[in-house]
Amino acid sequence: MYPDYVATRLRAPKKPLIILPSTLSDTTGPAYGRAPLRDLDNDLTRQHSGEPLGERIIVTGRVLDGDGRPIRNSLIEIWQANAAGRYTHRLDRHPAPLDPNFSGAGRCLTDDEGRYRFVTIKPGAYPWKNHDNAWRPAHIHFSLFGSAFRSRLITQMYFPGDPLFEYDPIFQSVRDREAQQRLISTFDLETTRPEWALGYRFDIVLEGREATPMESRR
Amino acid sequence: MSPEITPSQTVGPFFHDALLEEDRSELVSPDHAEAIRIEGTVYDGTGEVVPDAMVEIWQANRAGRYNHPADDREDLPLDEDFSGFGRSGTGAGGEFSFVTVKPGPVPGANGQMQAPHLMVSVFGRGLLKRLVTRIYFPDEEEANASDPVLSTIEDLMLRRTLIARDEGSVLRFDIRLQGDGQTAFFEL
Repeated sequence: MYPDYVATRLRAPKKPLIILPSTLSDTTGPAYGRAPLRDLDNDLTRQHSGEPLGERIIVTGRVLDGDGRPIRNSLIEIWQANAAGRYTHRLDRHPAPLDPNFSGAGRCLTDDEGRYRFVTIKPGAYPWKNHDNAWRPAHIHFSLFGSAFRSRLITQMYFPGDPLFEYDPIFQSVRDREAQQRLISTFDLETTRPEWALGYRFDIVLEGREATPMESRR
Repeated sequence: MSPEITPSQTVGPFFHDALLEEDRSELVSPDHAEAIRIEGTVYDGTGEVVPDAMVEIWQANRAGRYNHPADDREDLPLDEDFSGFGRSGTGAGGEFSFVTVKPGPVPGANGQMQAPHLMVSVFGRGLLKRLVTRIYFPDEEEANASDPVLSTIEDLMLRRTLIARDEGSVLRFDIRLQGDGQTAFFEL
């Protein structure tokens, strides 16, 4: 529960969570490496007949477990608003233009070193109705499976230096300052392609197979 | 030093095109001889339905084997066509459904067997991280009574929230996020 994020008030459970001893039921998990991916699933700028408007970016990084080992051949799904801050979703009522050349959904598999790479455009900030004059900082949603049920993670990646961080109750719902920093990508000149696209790095660490859950937390 | 875990963030309201483009709610064909149908509704703390949640399941096959390298019990058959993973968004009435097979029992901690169950993740706007629960089966009274997870939940009402209800052609498993009759949720 994080009351400043209003939707948590009626949805967050109030009874304490029950500690679940680790068993085969959670040290196994969906081996989603078999997902039938299409060639352009990881390039959100080439899924339509023309190119989307906005600042072209490359987002790359590694997916690791809690012991620092690469998570190989694992599905990552992403989704995001367009450069104007509008989702293609039918319930997004923000009066900003849709882009006929941008759907904002992508997928890819990590390689043998846990690496992934997406080409997309930088999403715009957008308003929401949580409180008066509420704006979400620009972000990309990430969904990851990792190696087991216990490593499943859905999160959001942000961009460095966004002035909206301190006003955003979703970003602030992660209360630990250091943990907040782990949600922010870093600008990376090495990933940046000359004359073409800016590069951002975003490494992700999932709950580990070997990690003892009680000790690895907080 | 081990790297620090990346924090969770809410799935938000706009995940449908990315996560639900393919229907993954049928783990087997509804014509499968052993197919079972599980239906449920997600409710919030005031009893209103939650139309923008997503429910995922993970389970063993009928023999009780998980389709994953960490389950190396080769004496049990593995059905390559059965992934054990399912995903269903909730509809306008908060409803979700799966067609699957009932899993076999699987080993628990200390070599004890666990009653047949499905692992469940619930995602939604307003949930900072996924909620984890389990679906147990109403026709497994004996196994449920000795299940190492169920039997440690002393609050009988809370324990009962984990057992699906037999409604003839379907098993019903409602998920109450908060308030009266809240579903039991786990910390992994």
